[in-house]
Amino acid sequence: MEIRRRKDQIELCELDPFLAELLRQIPASAKPGGVPAAEQRLFSPPTIEKESEASAEWKLYVEPELRRLFQTATETVAGDLEQLNGNEKSLANRTLRIPSKHADAWLSALNQARLVIAAKHNFTENELNDHCHSPIRSRRDLSLFQVNFYGFLQEFILRELEG
Amino acid sequence: MRISRHTPPLEFEQRASYVSVLGMNCAPRRNSGWLAQTKQVPGMTRASNEKAGTITTAEPSIETSSEEDLDVPWQIVVHNDPVNLMSYVTMVFQRVFGYPRERAERHMLEVHHKGRSILWSGMREPAELYVQQLHGYLLLATLEKTC
Repeated sequence: MEIRRRKDQIELCELDPFLAELLRQIPASAKPGGVPAAEQRLFSPPTIEKESEASAEWKLYVEPELRRLFQTATETVAGDLEQLNGNEKSLANRTLRIPSKHADAWLSALNQARLVIAAKHNFTENELNDHCHSPIRSRRDLSLFQVNFYGFLQEFILRELEG
Repeated sequence: MRISRHTPPLEFEQRASYVSVLGMNCAPRRNSGWLAQTKQVPGMTRASNEKAGTITTAEPSIETSSEEDLDVPWQIVVHNDPVNLMSYVTMVFQRVFGYPRERAERHMLEVHHKGRSILWSGMREPAELYVQQLHGYLLLATLEKTC
């Protein structure tokens, strides 16, 4: 895979089917899926007291806005990922083009996905920092790889935003 | 995996900054709400009309806030999180608070090493808006009353 900046877009070239599939998984991975830990991480309380009046008001007025914000970002990313639709064979050496104006949506969706996956698997800080972890032997290993891969993309997009 | 452009290669690794919610100090003020929806005016009287048919009488308000109370600053605390990238957290601090990069990085490192950092302090209403923005970026942020 190669990532480069070209005019007003970021290009992910020479995508192999495996990485293409991981990319296609971003919107689905960003959904808490009813897992309380994941839900709690995306919608953390704004104060120390979880049962405070302020927290109740937050849930009523602010949380719906946050949900809409997060959903809009994942929908934008899902739209970009339609470029990767097709069977496995057709995914070989594909290129994904991300418009620069979608960079913030990608940062958000990637972050949502990383937080949800980490919360679902309860990854430890040591696991998250072990970047030499290999090979992939289990679903948990795959999820950790997914978190790191999405983090890698985030880093690149952040560099691009900084110019 | 490689990256082209005119930048040095970006290694496929992340440096996580990170956290778990740690102990915090002050409880939020009671009876005050997000977006300033439940603010009370000091000294106002309140009518008692709980049951239909009863005589309404005006009573002095039990809860009043002194000018001093209203001026007590609130602080925004960001807590460590083992997943959010350090570079991402720095960018968010720059965007939300308009801090220069050096200051944003200093706060990010404080979060990373000490588990929390006070990003801003001041009146409640702008503080609430900052916290909302930080949550929009998926950071662990809380609003706390300064002791």
